[in-house]
Amino acid sequence: MKKFINDPNDVVAEALAGIAAAHPGDLRVDTAGQYICRADAPRSGKVALVSGGGSGHEPLHGGFVGPGMLDAACPGEVFTSPVPDQILAATKAVDGGAGVVHVVKNYTGDVMNFQMAAELAADEGVTVETVLVDDDVAVENSTWTAGRRGTGATLLVEKIAGALAEEGGKLAEVAAIGREVNTASGSFAYALTAGTTPAAGRPGFDLPDDEIEVGVGIHGEPGRRREKLRPARDLVRSALDAILEAKPVADGDQVIVLVNGLGGTPLLELYLVYGEVATVLAERGVRIVRRLVGNYVTSLDMAGLSITVTRVTDEMVRLWDAPVRTPGLRWGA
Amino acid sequence: MPDVDVALATAWLRAAADAVTADADLLTRLDSAIGDGDHGANLRRGFTAVVAVLDGSEFAGVGDVFVRAGATLISKVGGASGPLYGSALRAIGKALPPGESADLADLARALRAGLDAVSKLGGAAPGDKTIVDAYGPAVAAFEDAVAGGAALPEAAAGAARAAGDGARATTPLTARKGRASYLGERSAGHQDPGATSTWLLFQALADVTAP
Repeated sequence: MKKFINDPNDVVAEALAGIAAAHPGDLRVDTAGQYICRADAPRSGKVALVSGGGSGHEPLHGGFVGPGMLDAACPGEVFTSPVPDQILAATKAVDGGAGVVHVVKNYTGDVMNFQMAAELAADEGVTVETVLVDDDVAVENSTWTAGRRGTGATLLVEKIAGALAEEGGKLAEVAAIGREVNTASGSFAYALTAGTTPAAGRPGFDLPDDEIEVGVGIHGEPGRRREKLRPARDLVRSALDAILEAKPVADGDQVIVLVNGLGGTPLLELYLVYGEVATVLAERGVRIVRRLVGNYVTSLDMAGLSITVTRVTDEMVRLWDAPVRTPGLRWGA
Repeated sequence: MPDVDVALATAWLRAAADAVTADADLLTRLDSAIGDGDHGANLRRGFTAVVAVLDGSEFAGVGDVFVRAGATLISKVGGASGPLYGSALRAIGKALPPGESADLADLARALRAGLDAVSKLGGAAPGDKTIVDAYGPAVAAFEDAVAGGAALPEAAAGAARAAGDGARATTPLTARKGRASYLGERSAGHQDPGATSTWLLFQALADVTAP
């Protein structure tokens, strides 16, 4: 393992210190409570958005804290959900009296810890609504699994719901649009190599040079199956088939597309893949009205990518375009 | 001498901490195959924190030991294993009678309450390839031994054997809960890390009670 770290046990704490040093004035990092929040939190009368999850997915979630998106983020250990104390502390720190929305990716640990925190917050008089993100269509949504995973759509949920909260949306409205964005989203991911957690020190799985993992998540776990590497245009078609089968779009529908690198994929390849996505969706009469290409929901140094397609309403596009000022996403502000 | 007292409870939890520390690499290896490879590190971090709490606390009742240990796991571990093991220990502690000691029937009931807490929180049934597949047989064996008049060492040894059998029996199963469930049929052929750590915890009880 070669990484720019000191002690593997200190990675998360030391990265938090770096975030605090890099964004003075915009972000406040509570090292005791282990959360990142807007420097101007709490905003009186504004619905607050809190998210969190294991570390290793940067810029998600800490990089999306700021005006127009999240009010706070709770980073857990690498690939491990945060603990209830952290989430409760962040929730109380940003509550402006209008309620708090928890954006939770659908993983067993994240769901349990956020649920415990929401119950503790309710005991202290803070109203919490939870938006569960489960967009990864590689997993069957059945009683035989823990349900679909939350992946790339988390960014869209946080951006669009965050914009509505910023312009004064009520708790129920902010939660509702977050859920609508999730329902309208489907994602699919491939990995060329596994990522290496600082604690384990070696890749989560080994892949022969000519094979890929198909349907991976963002925690270094193996995917649904292994296949031989194929040209990008074939992989894109397979991924879009899976996404559009689970989340159908009709001729003339408008979508936002996210082509997301998992941490170790050059932008050159991400743009090549976006070009293929644009070609396939154009053939099907689907209009891409907005798009994002880059590394936003990563899995440490995994070489791989995910494709997210979200069918959007005019209102969602308006909220997507609203100003946002965070370390990881910034426009119009 | 009472069967279950503060000294036994703390000895068990210290032995559990030693066990998950000694076998952290095994748990991580099992978790790397079908999960994300952090089970060993997470439990080691959690039980190290539990030992620190034990070192710095006086306990009025035997149940308090488990309640404090459970709360510590919930606060320190994260993931699914923190809430699951933390809730189990809290439920065990709350089910024990107030006071410095309890008898074997009390402990059997408390262990059952811990299993119920895990099942309720995680929603797992037997055969889903989870903690429940080791914990369920261990509690049943413990209850049977106590009902048959066994002393603590014998009941604990039986529970540890049943947990080990249960953990090994998860190998051919397809996971239906937790992160391993994302792999579908690819999860078969690997022993479940959660069931394995549960086995280590029951083995720790057997070790500290062995004559």
